[in-house]
Amino acid sequence: MSENTQNDWQEYYVAESAGVVHWGTAGLFLLLVSFALLLNGSSWAPYGMVAGTVLTIYMMFRWFADQIRESHQGLLSAQVDRTYRWGMGWFIFSEIMFFAAFFGALWYARVLVMPWLAGEGAEASTHEFLYSAYEQAWPTNGPGNWGGDFALMSWAGLPLINTLLLVTSGITMEIAHHGLKHGKRGQLNLFLVLTVLLGVIFLGCQALEYVHAYQDMNLTLESGIYGSTFFMLTGFHGMHVLVGTIMIAVIMFRCFKGHFDEKNHFAFESAAWYWHFVDVVWFGLFIFVYIL
Amino acid sequence: MSATAAHDHHDDHHHGPQPGLMRWIVTTNHKDLGAMYLIFALTMFFVGGTMALIIRAELFEPGLQFVDPQFFNSMTTMHALVMVFGAVMPAFVGFANYMVPMMVGAPDMAMPRMNNWSFWLTVMAFIMLLSTLFMDGGAPAAGWTMYAPLVLQGGDSFPFMVFSVHLMGIASIMGAINIIATILNLRAPGMTLMKMPLFVWTWLITAYLLIAVLPVLAGAVTMLLTDKFFGTSFFSAAGGGDPVLYQHIFWFFGHPEVYIMILPAFGIVSTIIPVFARKPLFGYASMVYATASIAFLSFIVWAHHMFTVGMPLAGELFFMFCTMLIAVPTGVKIFNWIATMWQGAMTFETPMLFSIAFVILFTVGGLSGVMMAMTPVDFQYHDTYFIVAHFHYVLVPGAVFSLLAGAYYWLPKWTGVMYSEFWGKTHFWMSVIFVNLTFFPMHFVGLAGMPRRYADYNIAFADFNAVASIGAFGFGIAQLIFVFFVLIPSIRRKGEKATAEVWDNPEGLEWTVASPAPYHTFTVPPEVK
Repeated sequence: MSENTQNDWQEYYVAESAGVVHWGTAGLFLLLVSFALLLNGSSWAPYGMVAGTVLTIYMMFRWFADQIRESHQGLLSAQVDRTYRWGMGWFIFSEIMFFAAFFGALWYARVLVMPWLAGEGAEASTHEFLYSAYEQAWPTNGPGNWGGDFALMSWAGLPLINTLLLVTSGITMEIAHHGLKHGKRGQLNLFLVLTVLLGVIFLGCQALEYVHAYQDMNLTLESGIYGSTFFMLTGFHGMHVLVGTIMIAVIMFRCFKGHFDEKNHFAFESAAWYWHFVDVVWFGLFIFVYIL
Repeated sequence: MSATAAHDHHDDHHHGPQPGLMRWIVTTNHKDLGAMYLIFALTMFFVGGTMALIIRAELFEPGLQFVDPQFFNSMTTMHALVMVFGAVMPAFVGFANYMVPMMVGAPDMAMPRMNNWSFWLTVMAFIMLLSTLFMDGGAPAAGWTMYAPLVLQGGDSFPFMVFSVHLMGIASIMGAINIIATILNLRAPGMTLMKMPLFVWTWLITAYLLIAVLPVLAGAVTMLLTDKFFGTSFFSAAGGGDPVLYQHIFWFFGHPEVYIMILPAFGIVSTIIPVFARKPLFGYASMVYATASIAFLSFIVWAHHMFTVGMPLAGELFFMFCTMLIAVPTGVKIFNWIATMWQGAMTFETPMLFSIAFVILFTVGGLSGVMMAMTPVDFQYHDTYFIVAHFHYVLVPGAVFSLLAGAYYWLPKWTGVMYSEFWGKTHFWMSVIFVNLTFFPMHFVGLAGMPRRYADYNIAFADFNAVASIGAFGFGIAQLIFVFFVLIPSIRRKGEKATAEVWDNPEGLEWTVASPAPYHTFTVPPEVK
């Protein structure tokens, strides 16, 4: 798989110092320790969380700036480029596995636990001795009716609009990529702006949906297993949309400044990969959380 | 060829390490980071070992002697977390960092800055985890598996435990991606996949296990966190969830995790045995396929940790049969190691002694594994000391012995001096005697019904427990011999100067460079025939 031909061999770039990462070491540590303290009831912890977040973002800013500089200095060979491709690809794979845990929880609760609680199959004694009045029906907040009665989030309203928004944004991203590959900078810039806008509108719709769920439907994080899986899956997805939008926004500003050329633009491609991954996860959500 | 063509590129690029303490904080060098991982792991090995000795001191005789039961539970929990995530995993990552770039002829790890970050985030994770020992309510005490709902009753330590798991997960995922990119992209010209040393192969497969399952663990502990603090009901039947769901998610991570801790051990042993048997490894290709098969099977056997928890019969049978299947590729490996030694011109230096002990004692742990894979009999073994005996046999004379074997094997390459064979052998014989003294009696008390994770026990189990405790303290002392008479003299360069080859005709690119290996090994990739 290693396709190192000797005639175009270039030294593999190894940075001299990793000092920049320690803004992030300190930042993540501060963020997580403060969050833990907050959960244990500390009042000053939010300041620590803000400081930790700022430090972490500062690290990303500095680290990416270093990388962009190295790229512009021509230090990054084709082999380094392949490293980034392997790295980004398997990072996205690890993200898929993270979502798999939550999809797995949804599937397990719906296909196995709900019938058991309603008196079917191997675990029926729970029904008999604890919850004999419980009848299965999805969505459920369990035999304890946790969080009180709630309404089901229909797929036909905002979720459908959101699906269309994300699909469109995937297409605009590809049109932008096409423009970059063929040197059409106007097309590139325009469609990147559109992609970022679509991402922002998606997040806005998602926020509206949450407000609607909490205020009008009594569907909350505490609405039993349905509320738990609904908000955790859509919430983590929304966070990934946010990250993806920021990534594409950064790429957009870099494009405005004339970065990238027809051949050399892996930063652009990795943002596109990430965006398509977010898109695919949304399809899973739309089918398994909203429609079915 | 490569050496001449690329020479002028890098002449001005031979920087040494940074002066002073900053070297260790900002380094991007795979050898520096490998050494730091190894020293960190050794430190954690002693921290976790101290906890084990507290457990064994308490269990020396029936009744409560030294610690109260809550603290005892904290010790069993923390001992496991520290040993799994702090000692064994970082030690293998240390070997990967130090050796994989040298073995594949790479200039360094593929992503050197991220490599540094992975290491220091691991350190931060353990600062968080160990700080819980001093908190209200004490350190986590619900077992390293963190089963809901028990773990949700933890005190202030609970969110710290969850976040430290997140942090070590992030660090391990980045480390694994780095290893994958290094192996797939930085191999020297001519080193095809099927020419890679087995240690590299096993680590490649291990890295895939890591990126596949650590995000799942992160998801599981995230659900714990939201169940406790944000009102979700993943693990509460009243809300439509299920405590058993936690166990499924955890063990979907947990079983591959077991192989994460043993596949690199297979790699080390497969490297060492051929050198001291003076024969090429028997069945290289079958070793690769067996490792991949074990990795694949590890994803479909997780519920054998939960036979007694209540599962449909079809589930019990599926997981039983899949688990027993693992014995096949593992048997291939054991067979290959023995076939490699068969009629070899064997010598018994310390690395070889540890490797042979590995083959024998790991098999003991493997066979007890097949016993408990059988669902009906596992109802008897479940949550007894038989289980404790089983997983300590695969982890201590398994994983830890392979780490020690690797340390003795490569120490002369790292430091440039030979260790003392006398102290090495002393260390080995003490270790091998005391490890059996510690863990073999646990089979007996386990089969007789002694449950695990209790500070007190029935007087009927007293004799074997006393023996196990004596063994544990002996084993601890043996490891001090390693530190004071092997490791420290080597680091201080006391000893006979090592040649580049060190051993008798060893295979691998790492033996083509001087001992100690230069700070930057292969700025220009070597040609592999």
